[in-house]
Amino acid sequence: MFSQQNNSRRKALKNVAAIGVAASLPAGAIKPAAAADAAPARTTPQTLSAAEAATLDAICGRLIPSDDGTPGAKEARAADYIDRSLAGYLAGLRKAYAAGLAAVDVYAKSSKGTLFTALSPADQDAILAAMQKNSATGFTPNSAAFFNMVWGHTLQGTFCDPAYGGNAKFVGWDMISYPGIRMAVAPEEQRMSVKPKPQRQSAYRDATLSKGGAHGH
Amino acid sequence: MATNLKKTDVVVIGLGAVGGVAVLPLARAGCEVIGLEAGTWLDTKDFAADEISNNFRGWPKSVQKANREIPTHRANEKAPYSPRFPLHPMMNAVGGTSLHYWAQSWRLNPWDFKVVSETTKRYGASRIPKGSTVEDWPFGLEELESYYDKVEYEVGVSGKAGNINGSIDPAGNIFEGSRKREFPMPPLRGTEFTERMGAVARKLGWAPFPGPAAINSQVYDDRPGCVYHGYCNRGGCHINAKNSTTVSTIPRAQKTGRLKVVDQAHVIRIEVDERTARTTGVTYLKGGVEYFQPADVVLLGSYTYENVRLLLMSKSKAFPNGLANNNGQVGRHYMTHNTGSVLTALFPYDINAWYGMPAQGVAVDNYADDNFDHSKLDFIGGGNMWVYSDRRPIVAASMSTFGKAPTWGAGWKSFIRQNADRWNLAYMQKTTLPYEDNYLDLDPTVKDPLGNPVTRITADFKDNEKRVGAYMQDRMTQWFNEAGAIAVERGPAGTMGPSTHAYGGTRMGDNKATNVVNRWGFAHEVPNLGIIGASVMGTSGSHNPTLTAQALAWRTAEYLSKSWKSMV
Ligand SMILES: Cc1cc2nc3c(=O)[nH]c(=O)nc-3n(C[C@H](O)[C@H](O)[C@H](O)COP(=O)(O)OP(=O)(O)OC[C@H]3O[C@@H](n4cnc5c(N)ncnc54)[C@H](O)[C@@H]3O)c2cc1C
Repeated sequence: MFSQQNNSRRKALKNVAAIGVAASLPAGAIKPAAAADAAPARTTPQTLSAAEAATLDAICGRLIPSDDGTPGAKEARAADYIDRSLAGYLAGLRKAYAAGLAAVDVYAKSSKGTLFTALSPADQDAILAAMQKNSATGFTPNSAAFFNMVWGHTLQGTFCDPAYGGNAKFVGWDMISYPGIRMAVAPEEQRMSVKPKPQRQSAYRDATLSKGGAHGH
Repeated sequence: MATNLKKTDVVVIGLGAVGGVAVLPLARAGCEVIGLEAGTWLDTKDFAADEISNNFRGWPKSVQKANREIPTHRANEKAPYSPRFPLHPMMNAVGGTSLHYWAQSWRLNPWDFKVVSETTKRYGASRIPKGSTVEDWPFGLEELESYYDKVEYEVGVSGKAGNINGSIDPAGNIFEGSRKREFPMPPLRGTEFTERMGAVARKLGWAPFPGPAAINSQVYDDRPGCVYHGYCNRGGCHINAKNSTTVSTIPRAQKTGRLKVVDQAHVIRIEVDERTARTTGVTYLKGGVEYFQPADVVLLGSYTYENVRLLLMSKSKAFPNGLANNNGQVGRHYMTHNTGSVLTALFPYDINAWYGMPAQGVAVDNYADDNFDHSKLDFIGGGNMWVYSDRRPIVAASMSTFGKAPTWGAGWKSFIRQNADRWNLAYMQKTTLPYEDNYLDLDPTVKDPLGNPVTRITADFKDNEKRVGAYMQDRMTQWFNEAGAIAVERGPAGTMGPSTHAYGGTRMGDNKATNVVNRWGFAHEVPNLGIIGASVMGTSGSHNPTLTAQALAWRTAEYLSKSWKSMV
């Protein structure tokens, strides 16, 4: 079903090109960039321990994977977003992350015999599915609450303004073909057949636009 | 204890959407006005195109007063508390929530002022829902017309009239009440998708039209027209094209030299003279210091939850149950606009809704208010249908997968790569009525950091509201399906917890046994206390509240300046 949709989308894009409208395809649509190419090196965690950060990074990598050859949450550095936010706006959740990440490993060991990061992608997915279904044990208050929290923050970290430490190299915005922040939008750029040219820029790129960097780190 | 300040004519509590409007007619009429505002001044550079800050963190750089006093909620007196909202919907700043609101700027429908008499006339008195405390307003739309007009021109509203002095123009809203003249600016432009939806609506025999917005569609008052970059859904405008009171009525009032704005002034009490039962002024905190600001007249405009809380907290011998509450009406007739029961559609084509904002859209009012026959229906009222262009990356990726894909992982990713720009969420604003057992009071246990109780909401949607919701979801399904939707998803009715459209609590009406303020907005029990905001509204109608609350505030302020001698 999805491949069918992909086909019709490609056809639609070809039609667009054929009628001469400035079409700019999402990066991944032209040349599936090897995920590894797009992945910036992991930075030193500012809040989490190295082990916590590695577990979180592995979780993010399964929630939005790069199995299809295009960047996912790992490449977007969603875990960096979470790590930095836990030092600021999300500081109140630092303990919940410590407890939840520890519970993930305890559950991974008891159900699959080893730490989460050492498991195969399929086993990692099975653990995340159990957490989402609330059948994973050892979480307070429960595994679904932790899953939902991490999932919400993974979305934020993958698709946020890069000033917050996630959406590295704009891979999140490219993933969904978001054409980026533009300070003025022409009427044509609101036509359905038009794909506005991607603007890969942060809202905080320019001191004339905003006061300082993203707040609440 | 408190430092006594020099007396002024009028003190206004809160310089938001309504307080920021009320100051202008007063200052122009020669009154000395002091505006006490808990927030600070913000400017265009505070308004980065930042989804995290706007939509997920409630503007952490602004004063966080509202977020420290989020009302609690329970559905009824026996129900447990609902989970506490993480963020208060409203904003603390000079200009208040008009800085980051969506700026849809609607007049009410004539029916909204006369729900009881019109329903009785057309369908019989038995059609007023059981338990509802709804009353006719003390006046009709005609009384408010000139005030709507003033605010539309002072603040700046873009739109297309559908009824000028009875002459109907199908390019505008053919169901609107008569207005005296055209909007000051033409409507915001459409997008290809909203135009397509308009054409589809016409095919269905409906009357689509562009919605009115307090956003410049062209240069107005030396401020530029909108550039449609989005990020003003809970964000301020980086070029001042959105007409918050911060850039319109407040600076204009300051130019008269008679408005003094005191920012970071947190009002904690309205004071009374025990003998005369009149207010003497207000006590506020600024920088940890307590001040008493004496005034001849106090106007309370701190938004519904805080309007009610300040009254209930201001107890005295003359008003042991809270100011202006000897009839037990403060907090009563509370409503949150019935805006749940949303409908989300999935289309087989890209919409390109990445730019634009919630006020850039197409409306259909054929099923709003009493614009259609209810004889065979089991509810009264209706809803405004609204399709708009608004999308940002995090919310785009947080879309429903409509049961067609997993909710995370490889299958999810493949789905959103395809569909992030193929969904549209319509929210229909629907008639909401007040009921005996929906009310606000002070929470007996939960406190703000000053140790004062927060507002407690006890309220739930009733059958009439739920039926309107289901009916409007059906109409919206019709609209989306006709436009080629391949799936739709119905949202739940939702709760009546803290809302951006909170009405009632200090209702306006002639009967002082059932209303807190009189037809001019002054408290029946405290003649020199005026109350402004949607807290005085007794019905919600099917459209956003702000323009109506602003028109009422202008009217209250104008009445005050004209009747000064008899009031003071
Ligand atoms: C995201 C969003 C979108 C919206 N979109 C629309 C729309 O499209 N159309 C529409 O009509 N309405 C919309 N609304 C609703 C609209 O914002 C309100 O109707 C309007 O702002 C209410 O005006 P107000 O002056 O009563 O409250 P506010 O604008 O919130 O102003 C109240 C002011 O009082 C101050 N204050 C509070 N307590 C105190 C105190 N104790 N001492 C001193 N100052 C105090 C606050 O800091 C604030 O500045 C929206 C709201 C939100 C949150």
